Amino acid sequence: MTSSTATTQTVFAEQFREFIKGETNDAVRAMREQAFASFTASGFPTPKNEDWKYTNVASLVSGQWSVACGQSQELTPADVEIARRFGVDRNGFAALNLAFGEIKVIRIAKDTSIAEPFELNFAAAENTAIFPHILVIAETGSKATIIESYASQTKSFTNAAVQVIVEDNASVTHYRVQKDGAEAFNIGTTEVSLGRDSRYDSTNINLGAAISRHDIDLKFTAEGGEAWVDGLYMLGGRQHSDTHSVIDHTVPNCVSHQTYKGVLNDHSRGVFNGKVFVRENAHGTDAQQSNKNLLLSNDARVDTKPQLEIFNDDVKCSHGATVGQLEEEELFYLLTRGLPETLAKNLLTYGFAEAIIRKIGIESIKTDLDAAVLNRLSVKLEV
Amino acid sequence: MLLEVKDLHAGIDGKEILKGLNLQVKKGEVHAIMGPNGSGKSTLSKVLAGHPSYGVISGEVLYEGKNLLELEPDERAREGVFMAFQYPVEVPGVSNSQFLRLAYNQKALHHGREELDPLEFNDYLKEKAKIVDMDPQFFKRSVNEGFSGGEKKRNEILQMAVLEPKLAILDETDSGLDIDALRIVAEGVNKLRSPDNAIILVTHYQRLLNFIVPDMVHVLANGRIVKEGGKELALELEEKGYDWVKGAANAN
Repeated sequence: MTSSTATTQTVFAEQFREFIKGETNDAVRAMREQAFASFTASGFPTPKNEDWKYTNVASLVSGQWSVACGQSQELTPADVEIARRFGVDRNGFAALNLAFGEIKVIRIAKDTSIAEPFELNFAAAENTAIFPHILVIAETGSKATIIESYASQTKSFTNAAVQVIVEDNASVTHYRVQKDGAEAFNIGTTEVSLGRDSRYDSTNINLGAAISRHDIDLKFTAEGGEAWVDGLYMLGGRQHSDTHSVIDHTVPNCVSHQTYKGVLNDHSRGVFNGKVFVRENAHGTDAQQSNKNLLLSNDARVDTKPQLEIFNDDVKCSHGATVGQLEEEELFYLLTRGLPETLAKNLLTYGFAEAIIRKIGIESIKTDLDAAVLNRLSVKLEV
Repeated sequence: MLLEVKDLHAGIDGKEILKGLNLQVKKGEVHAIMGPNGSGKSTLSKVLAGHPSYGVISGEVLYEGKNLLELEPDERAREGVFMAFQYPVEVPGVSNSQFLRLAYNQKALHHGREELDPLEFNDYLKEKAKIVDMDPQFFKRSVNEGFSGGEKKRNEILQMAVLEPKLAILDETDSGLDIDALRIVAEGVNKLRSPDNAIILVTHYQRLLNFIVPDMVHVLANGRIVKEGGKELALELEEKGYDWVKGAANAN
């Protein structure tokens, strides 16, 4: 451990001692103390840790962050029980999140369908650290959409977590849009558990932050679940974005689809690590995974590792990753229509990224993301 | 003379495919280039359009009296050269109308004409779509994505209609089309024929020429034009088969 990270840990420890004094719920206090103890034990991850091999957070952990925590809402014992299940042993960030977590609960009542999406917007102020922790419980037969957005404008540290429980026959659509400023750090964890015949459809967009890391952990707990875990990272400058996902088929007859795309320009760097487990018992599993990357600069880099681990023969699985440049034939086609080369390349890049954005069911988000992508590519497309 | 190809030698990956090709095309004319597989038809189309994988070894290509080969593919397009692809490329995420307006406006800009805004362009596009009997719902769809073979080819001709090239090269536009689709595409091309433009039809089969009657037929074999004649040459070729001209190529 370097001295600066030790200092950062000490600073967090001091702030935690103050923070925990205000915790009036005994069960929650115990949970937070346990989480902080776990953080103290593990510290921040370093590249020596296999899961953090390509993502060095030294510049993040050397910062002096002032914890900015709002009031958590009143938690029921059932809520606390769910929060306690959060995987604090995943890494120091997850532990720190639960220790300081500003917990908010979205509970969708049984057999209720809520058309209006729940919008969660987060932005950290300069030199502060924020720790949103959201519990989404979609009760049996319910249906809802969650929009989770990050837009910190300055140097700041967001360390967020969302736990999603999709009960039997329930359906959750989840959009996560990370558009932090170029100096921000964004660490996030999404844990999902799916009940019988449930459905979880997520789209994860990473456009911002100096360093961003998103861990997704999805588990099927009963038969008949179906999940989409799609994403796009579009990076430039010296941005670094890392997605680690685990999709765990522990039960039979579930379907998972994962399509992640990356567009990397300048000196940016992307990491995709996607594990799909098909356990011994999980016959009838259909798991598809792909990660495609477009490198727009010789200095950009991506490390991609799709992993399928199958312990059952009766399954339909595919996975693959590509890293490449724009197709010459596609480019030539646009050139022969009179588009100058830069415009033609940008248009193809936009098309590559748009394949992920287009599945977003909310027009305002889609338009906003399209505009963000086009703006980055300096393409003017009007309809 | 709109296009003059003089003793053109060209190829790909160091392999010479065109071995001294000569061709002259005037405004108002339709030329058919026919030939068996491997004769160099596609190479000719791609060299004229400026495909980066194809290299010119020697010879000249003059377009409106100027050296076409020194222009980039997009410059050629803006100067009025158009190639309809045998395998049109899909451009996901970009709608047909967005794409066509970009292309149209790039050309307009180049020629100092006014650009069209989306509304104006939409009216313009609707008119043009009638030429190939295309439903306006195709404007909103991504370029060629999920289009059938016939729809892709119609879309190529729609692009031609929108961009109004002086020289259009249709590379195997008839391939993979059933008779109805072929008729629609051919009728579209016929409507676009004018005294101000020229069309080069590159095709393996004679049947396209039943619908689009050429002024001249050139038969290509082994990288050279081995026979030239009027529209009746295509029929003769249909009857006798390409072996007939292959013999001529070898005799040369």
